[in-house]
Amino acid sequence: MSDEKQQVSRRQFLNYTLTGVGGFMAAGLLISPIRMAVDPVLKDSSAGDLANVGLAVEDITSEPQRIDWSVNQVDGWYESEVNRSAWVYRNDDDEIVAFSPICKHLGCVVSWEGSEQHPNEYFCPCHDGRYYKDGTNVPGTPPLAPLDEYEQEVRDGMLFLGDARPRGEA
Amino acid sequence: MLQKIYDWIDDRIDITPIWRDIADHEVPEHVNPAHHFSAFVYCFGGLTFFVVVIQILSGMFLTMYYVPDIENAWQSVYYLQTEVAHGQIVRGMHHWGASVVIVMLLLHTLRVFFQGAYKKPRELNWVVGVLIFFVMLGLGFTGYLLPWDNKAYFATQVGLEIAEQVPFIGMQLKTLLAGDATIVGAQTLTRFFAIHVFFLPAALFALLAVHFILIRRQGISGPL
Repeated sequence: MSDEKQQVSRRQFLNYTLTGVGGFMAAGLLISPIRMAVDPVLKDSSAGDLANVGLAVEDITSEPQRIDWSVNQVDGWYESEVNRSAWVYRNDDDEIVAFSPICKHLGCVVSWEGSEQHPNEYFCPCHDGRYYKDGTNVPGTPPLAPLDEYEQEVRDGMLFLGDARPRGEA
Repeated sequence: MLQKIYDWIDDRIDITPIWRDIADHEVPEHVNPAHHFSAFVYCFGGLTFFVVVIQILSGMFLTMYYVPDIENAWQSVYYLQTEVAHGQIVRGMHHWGASVVIVMLLLHTLRVFFQGAYKKPRELNWVVGVLIFFVMLGLGFTGYLLPWDNKAYFATQVGLEIAEQVPFIGMQLKTLLAGDATIVGAQTLTRFFAIHVFFLPAALFALLAVHFILIRRQGISGPL
């Protein structure tokens, strides 16, 4: 047996062949199941339409008010009405602002003046997270980002809201 | 790199003898299709197992979408078939594989029967094989209901009435299977699902283990 000629031994060749064939079969077997399993990651999420939240623009004051409405949600094979909430007010520049009540710390629900000790702020009861009236998180409290803001539009004097987006993106 | 990881582990817990025990065994000339092409009949048992592996894998993935509930079962299967990429293929694998596994199993049984390979000392392994066959039929029967379409519903109706024909305990047996004395419905579906994905596979794995341990212990039967 000269080493120069036999770079690949008979045993190695068999090993490579069997591993190759086995790998090919395993891949053929697993490729469809894996593609199916990762499908939710690869599907592009459809942006929701704006929904009428049942609030006339003239009723929006400089004091944040909580509004609740429901949207149609398609979740795979299951369709349902789900509830949404927002805190809506008019800021100093007379613009309508609609905040998502979901705390940017760990996702609890915040309330305007939810704590008597913190007037004029949004308050999250879970870990005492706080936000100023303009949605900015109070430094030193758990949240690390300002409240998300809903996409909005005014049609025929009524407020329409869409998806909540992190601020800066909205 | 892989060799190094293997050596590191082997160095500590000596795994080489374990897998050598499993993988290293002589294949007699008379069962090797490379020597006698007619020896391909010895492949049917292995092919049955291969298809069973396909069934297990595709079934595991199908449960990511399937719900065993009368309101949602059909909807979830329909969604899987029409909206999920490759969902049709994976359900197809499970659907067709269910038939192929029975075909392979029967071919394997025929080979063992006509070669007389079940004779002493291998009678016990024949018995285990027949039990595996029954478990497979049970998997086929319970799996058939799960899509919860018309075919599934009425096939199960018929199957349950066959169970009802069993002398003396027929009624009880039917109720035990269906979860209700008269209704084929919500409780039937969850029961069949549990039997299909937990109880019967557990029995199948145990029986397969015994089947394989016995064949290794006793060796393949000699040439005709």
